[in-house]
Amino acid sequence: MVQPLNYLKESPSQTAGPYVHIGCTPNFTGIHGVYETDLGSGPMYNDKTRGERITIRGRVFDGSGTVLKDALVEIWQADSDGFYNSPSETRGSADPNFFGWGRCPADMTTGEFVFETIKPGKVPFRDGRLMAPHVTLWIVARGINIGLQTRMYFSDEEAANAEDPVLARIEHRVRVPTLIGKREGDTVTFDIHLQGENETVFFDI
Amino acid sequence: MKNTLPESGPFFARDRDWHPPAFAPGYKTTVLRSPQRALISLDGTKSEITGPVFGHNTIGEFDNDLIINYAKPGEMAIGQRILVHGRVLDERGVGVAGALVEFWQANAGGRYRHKKETYLAALDPNFGGFGRTIADENGYYWFRTIKPGPYPWPNGVNDWRPAHIHFSVFGHGFAQRLITQMYFEGDPLIWICPIVKTIPDEEAIKRLIAPLDMNNTIPMDMRAYKFDIVLRGRRSTFFENRKEGN
Ligand SMILES: [Fe+2]
Repeated sequence: MVQPLNYLKESPSQTAGPYVHIGCTPNFTGIHGVYETDLGSGPMYNDKTRGERITIRGRVFDGSGTVLKDALVEIWQADSDGFYNSPSETRGSADPNFFGWGRCPADMTTGEFVFETIKPGKVPFRDGRLMAPHVTLWIVARGINIGLQTRMYFSDEEAANAEDPVLARIEHRVRVPTLIGKREGDTVTFDIHLQGENETVFFDI
Repeated sequence: MKNTLPESGPFFARDRDWHPPAFAPGYKTTVLRSPQRALISLDGTKSEITGPVFGHNTIGEFDNDLIINYAKPGEMAIGQRILVHGRVLDERGVGVAGALVEFWQANAGGRYRHKKETYLAALDPNFGGFGRTIADENGYYWFRTIKPGPYPWPNGVNDWRPAHIHFSVFGHGFAQRLITQMYFEGDPLIWICPIVKTIPDEEAIKRLIAPLDMNNTIPMDMRAYKFDIVLRGRRSTFFENRKEGN
């Protein structure tokens, strides 16, 4: 016999189901008067937030190419200087006017999700090299048994993307473009494909 | 170990054999919604080990009382009154202080208050079916609600969901983000539910079944169910910041 490690097991995940909106974005589904606003809705910046204003738009597609109209997407990102607004951010303090987290349900008709945010700065990788600017995404929906983790990088950051240590991990280089949001003006478009030829790279991280 | 110092270690690797696989054809919707390619594995970076913190001002006074948070003044939701309580822990057994816990559920008849819900069971005009709370410094949380009813759903011809409450939980890092469901001790529908059965290990399923807790049951008022939620544990950072070589 050896000493027991006594670690607990993580609670197993279960699908968010079709009615995730009730719990996470009740106003979106027409239930008003309980929560003043839906958590994570609206612009992620205010007048004092530092950084370049951008809009991230996208849709989530299933393996038949059909748009999901019941997905819920959350994003988490650094401020314009590359600091996270989190107690676990040990390098310095983030812009107090930028929370860094947003939540958006897919539109029930078009399936589109939209985040009005700022472009994040570069954040160091574990070994100190800089990662290219990116946004972390978490996607749940009916039929998704465990939340999907991915990242969106920016098409106007070609040089930084080429040096990014996480993108460098992707053996099949043809898949790298699935993580690059296409920037046109202030809009960055990022579609997510759950399956198929353009299946988005998802992470176990 | 206490949560007094902010922790900045990466999280324990997720045991993907313990969680349901993405592709689980008994639950038909997963067939076209499951990634088919291998996940890219990576030890956590700053982008995953950090996460948002929600202050107590996020929460309204009645957000953790589903019996009245949607009800007309002086009225209450119909159903079996229950208290759901427990701790949000991490895999080290440490309470996750300040964890935001959100929950939603069907009413006593198994009907959700949602635009797209079509089940013929009646809506309860006094029941919204959702709430939220922030765990205390020991990770302890609680809310009051009515016991949800089971409901049929279009999957197999005659599939029924066991009574359940959906939970969405934030820990201290975005990589801890978790959505799961709580079931009730003794419900025979648990073991024939295609969504429950996406979880391959019977031991894992049991972790989602809340036992009746008579010790915390309030006499002549409401029964208690105890439901602990475990999030990923964080690695200690003993040697994490030491530069290698030269
Ligand atoms: Fe449900």
